[in-house]
Amino acid sequence: MSGAFRLAGRGRIDTTRPVVFRFDGRMVRGYAGDTVASALLAEGRHLMGRSFKYHRPRGPVSAGSDEPNALIGVGEGGRYTPNLRATQVEIHDGMVAVSQNRAPSLRFDIGALNTLAAPLLPAGFYYKTFMWPRGFWDKVYEPLIRRAAGLGRAPTEPDPDHYALHYAHCDVLVAGGGPAGLAAALAAGQAGARVILCDENAEFGGSLLADTYSLIDGLPGGEWVARIVAELERLPNVQLLTRCSAFNYGPHNMVALNQRLADHLATPPAHMPRERIWQVRAREVVLAAGALERVLVFEGNDRPGIMLASAARTYLHRYGVACGRKAVVVTADDAAYRVALDLAEAGVKIAAIADLRSTPGGPLVEAVRARGIEILPATTIQRAHGHLRVTGAELAPVGADGGVGKGRTVSCDLVLMSGGFTPSLHLHSQARGALRFDDALGVYLPGESIERVRSAGSCRGMFALDDVLRDGVAAGLAATGGKSGPEWAVTRQDAPGTGGFAGALPRRGPGHLALAFVDFQNDVTAKDVKLAVREGFRSIEHVKRYTTTGMATDQGKGSNVNALAIVSNVLGRRPEEIGLTTYRPPYTPVTFGAFAGHARGDQFDPLRLPPMDAWARAQGAVFEDVGLWRRARYFPRVGEDMAAAVARECRAVRAAAGIFDASTLGKIEVAGPDAAEFMNRFYVNVWTKLGVGKCRYGLVCRDSGFVYDDGVVGRIAADRFHVTTTTGGAAGVLNMMEDYLQTEWADLDVWLTSITEEWAVIALQGPRARDILAPLVDGLDISAGAMPHMTLREGSIGGVPMRLFRVSFTGELGYEINVPSSQAQAVWDRVWQAGASLGLTPYGTEAMHVLRAEKGYLIVGQETDGTMTPADVGCGWAVSKVKPDFIGKRALALPAMYAPDRLQMVGVLTDDPRTMLEEGMQLVTAAETPIPTSAEGHVTSSYFSPALGRSIAIAMVKGGRGRMGAALYALRLDGPALKVTLVDPVFYDPEGARLNG
Amino acid sequence: MLLIDCPYCGPRAEIEFAYGGEAHIARPAADVSEAEWAAFLYLRDNTKGVLAERWRHSHGCGRFFNALRDTRTDRFHAFYEIGTPRPDVGDAA
Amino acid sequence: MVEIAEGCALAGLPPMVRLVLQGRAAALDAAATSLGLAAPPPMLRAASGTGGTALRLGPFELLILPTPDGRAGVDTALATVPHSLVEVSDRNVGFMLEGARAADILAGLCPLDFALSSFPVGMMTRTLLDKAGAMIWRTDAQSFHIEVWRSFGPYVEAQLREVAQGISFSLLAV
Repeated sequence: MSGAFRLAGRGRIDTTRPVVFRFDGRMVRGYAGDTVASALLAEGRHLMGRSFKYHRPRGPVSAGSDEPNALIGVGEGGRYTPNLRATQVEIHDGMVAVSQNRAPSLRFDIGALNTLAAPLLPAGFYYKTFMWPRGFWDKVYEPLIRRAAGLGRAPTEPDPDHYALHYAHCDVLVAGGGPAGLAAALAAGQAGARVILCDENAEFGGSLLADTYSLIDGLPGGEWVARIVAELERLPNVQLLTRCSAFNYGPHNMVALNQRLADHLATPPAHMPRERIWQVRAREVVLAAGALERVLVFEGNDRPGIMLASAARTYLHRYGVACGRKAVVVTADDAAYRVALDLAEAGVKIAAIADLRSTPGGPLVEAVRARGIEILPATTIQRAHGHLRVTGAELAPVGADGGVGKGRTVSCDLVLMSGGFTPSLHLHSQARGALRFDDALGVYLPGESIERVRSAGSCRGMFALDDVLRDGVAAGLAATGGKSGPEWAVTRQDAPGTGGFAGALPRRGPGHLALAFVDFQNDVTAKDVKLAVREGFRSIEHVKRYTTTGMATDQGKGSNVNALAIVSNVLGRRPEEIGLTTYRPPYTPVTFGAFAGHARGDQFDPLRLPPMDAWARAQGAVFEDVGLWRRARYFPRVGEDMAAAVARECRAVRAAAGIFDASTLGKIEVAGPDAAEFMNRFYVNVWTKLGVGKCRYGLVCRDSGFVYDDGVVGRIAADRFHVTTTTGGAAGVLNMMEDYLQTEWADLDVWLTSITEEWAVIALQGPRARDILAPLVDGLDISAGAMPHMTLREGSIGGVPMRLFRVSFTGELGYEINVPSSQAQAVWDRVWQAGASLGLTPYGTEAMHVLRAEKGYLIVGQETDGTMTPADVGCGWAVSKVKPDFIGKRALALPAMYAPDRLQMVGVLTDDPRTMLEEGMQLVTAAETPIPTSAEGHVTSSYFSPALGRSIAIAMVKGGRGRMGAALYALRLDGPALKVTLVDPVFYDPEGARLNG
Repeated sequence: MLLIDCPYCGPRAEIEFAYGGEAHIARPAADVSEAEWAAFLYLRDNTKGVLAERWRHSHGCGRFFNALRDTRTDRFHAFYEIGTPRPDVGDAA
Repeated sequence: MVEIAEGCALAGLPPMVRLVLQGRAAALDAAATSLGLAAPPPMLRAASGTGGTALRLGPFELLILPTPDGRAGVDTALATVPHSLVEVSDRNVGFMLEGARAADILAGLCPLDFALSSFPVGMMTRTLLDKAGAMIWRTDAQSFHIEVWRSFGPYVEAQLREVAQGISFSLLAV
């Protein structure tokens, strides 16, 4: 047997399968089925970590997911995971684990000097100390705190693993696979319901796995569990999930589970997801979360070797490990007596049982007494001795008046504590269930919930095994409407104990409560909690935040009730008057990888590629993200930087022709007898007079009167419009159209269809555009006379159906050739070939922006910010003055919408044509403006214009259109303000001659 | 994630829906006073309790509909079509 | 078909004519008749007639997959009824996902319940496949016809493959 504290013939580990792993670089031997904690304890080693604030040496307090102390880092490289509970991490060959929060080593830690300073670091220390001098914050305090803060280190390499997500649906979700959960799942499963049973441990059974005393149908706990699990496995309607924690209870019975698939395996199969999140929508939920034993709060209660009594029992019966040679038991209830008997039977000397109760009695107590174990009634533990391991316990009598007498020190290497059991209410509380205080048990129990959820077993205060099993069956039946369920005879069990204790233990003299820990993980002491109350924090929620008790990753599993009791005592108010802080998800920490699931790397978001993406890539284009789309930004030739490429592309469009993939433009087909009426109501423009085959620039406002979107609209037929929107506005405009149509104008016979991806758009722009296109279109006259600017024709191009728009976003003669997406590349290729000899050049989104800015064309979202009216951006002409109503009409009639000092769209030019403004620059009236000041406006677009051979910019300026020729100053962060002159925003071809060519 | 019972498609997960704000706010005619228009645009009850609200099953049938939801509990009390009156659910909590 | 998980295959569907019909009951009735159906299919159901298949996407909306000869009949039938008929053949791309684990794979991306009792053969609906809007149509117990907008095709295909790779590593019983 490996490990001096391993007991032959005990435990559920597989001693035929030795496992070797590393902890802090040292080889540790254990067995399949061990956790890191059980393997280390088997070597007699309790010291496993250092605490968060004071770097106190710490060992495991528990044997499960409530562990606050033994937090370790596991894995290497990108697989390293910090802050895992050594009590839960299953070992496998080759595993590498390290302790945390210590430097240079676990046994000698520099940071532990904080312990000496403990009286100096009370609750609120940081708030009180780091307030002044102000200048110290950046240079001294923040770096200091940042270095000290945090627990564990984050891995720096990318996570190489896959994580999965699965949506599941069931009639009954049972969270927790102890006796109550197994009983509930079997009852529900036998009733024919779709059942999911999950448990955070590697095997089902919960407390029964550590119970060798009780007998169910004549079977000890472990054997009964095996029988029930086998029955469940035979039911095809039951899904069993181990290593799977229910960590979040969302609205309407959507419960999130985190299943750990690979971490316990030395060599997981390729492609096995490391973890899987289950999003379970359950018709009914049964919570069988169990109860957690409470720690006792006394001086030195955090020394390694001090642990929960139930944990020692678990290590004994599940892992075959004796947690020490000589134990002192300090208890306020009966359960610890069973632990003492089990340990004594396994050869551990029980030096004494200190019972806080004055007259402990009953068969269990008598059995202990009969074994010759010393029982000290009405006795407290004054303090624990030792440093890296507990060496003794000072036990002291508690008088009838509550005073504590002089004690004696009992030497030991193990102190077991039991303050009674706290029902686990986390998931019930997350389900927005009420809590009610139970005077008899001295704990909170689940009350009413708004969800379809019920608790079963010890998580609702039932502690006798036969009660727990019956309660589980009843819950399973209630959740399914079943009439009868399985029954078992519990032929031997311990009676549920009485007693329990919460708060700081009674002590003699002032003691040293600064070292009596309430929240181990956040290093919050009894003194901190008392101080918080003395300083005026009355609400438990405020005490929580001020002291940070219950705010660590264990979510106060072991600490909340003790903190509550201390506050209750200091205030002299009953616990239920004080309440409990809200339990927040996750129940136990969940890795980021699990939350990311499938959404990582290239698959984080859909990457939408326009139809000519492959062509653009072959041309060496540089791309940019536009929403989810990836669009070609420019097409550099060898040796060109972005500026050179964009300038060349712009010149080509102005001098010859350019070709551009405009397919991402949003497109909506508006069809039906009332199409024109709908358009009239929706847009600020008038549509009834727009002839078939004609186009118009349309502007959309919200009912607030502010510009929302724009785009060219073509009338295909009397009852059919082809609407375009901005690339980013496509979904929003369609939603807004549906909103008004369905909720305001349901009488209209008109319907909307997104055709964004049906029609690819090839923009062909420039003076040679017609020359290139004319030979390609099938029998269509596109001459200037036959097809002037702002018209559209349906036809075909090389046999491919086409909607041809003569429109321009460049200021040049231009067309937008709409063809079905699947044939767009073929058409593009034909246009490209036809234009090769005429100087046709591909251009990207950057040149598109420059060309439109030269023309002073607005981009919604760049010039506008949701507070601009059509008039503000120079589009007042588009707003109908005759329509009885349209979206935005009433708001646009408000006087404020025409205030003379509204921001208006203007052009701005720098004195030096080479000087580029930056988008976002604030414009002020004087070069030497004291800061802060209020701005006269701001720059919205700035480019170098190849056509003008100089920089140009567009700005929104107060009353800008009335200030042409005026000078303003653009503020820079890194130099003197730049003088600019306000000009008309149409920099190029203001007459529009080229457009109509 | 809420479970929303679309009147046309049945119960679906919240991610298929887009929220549409408070329901039964009629868009006034264009000749109302400034104050009335401002109230239409910006004033909402911010109800604590049962709120009539709009949802759109945007990743489903595409229809807008109304729901009565208790903002304290997220419990839905009714789902009903646009244009139909708010059902009486009493003082349900 | 490409096997993407044990016993589960994915294939891109060939091009097909797709029409979105919207209108009130008279329009849907007329179209159904022209397809050889007694009535439009009920909400979230598909029905096939001599002229093609109609899928009831919404109360006022059908996706029509006409046979080569069926298209003209639809146009004729709707001539005198207010409606909107828009071709979206190229807007969508289709996939066929088939096999014993097909429903499990979809459940990795979609919060719908794909149990046969909840999502029977012949049911179809728009929904989400992770972050992409999609239409899912169960054509057989283990076969799903999936449609997404064209630009979402590569994303959805990659997500289906990613889920499929991991699907065999846990029992998915219910």
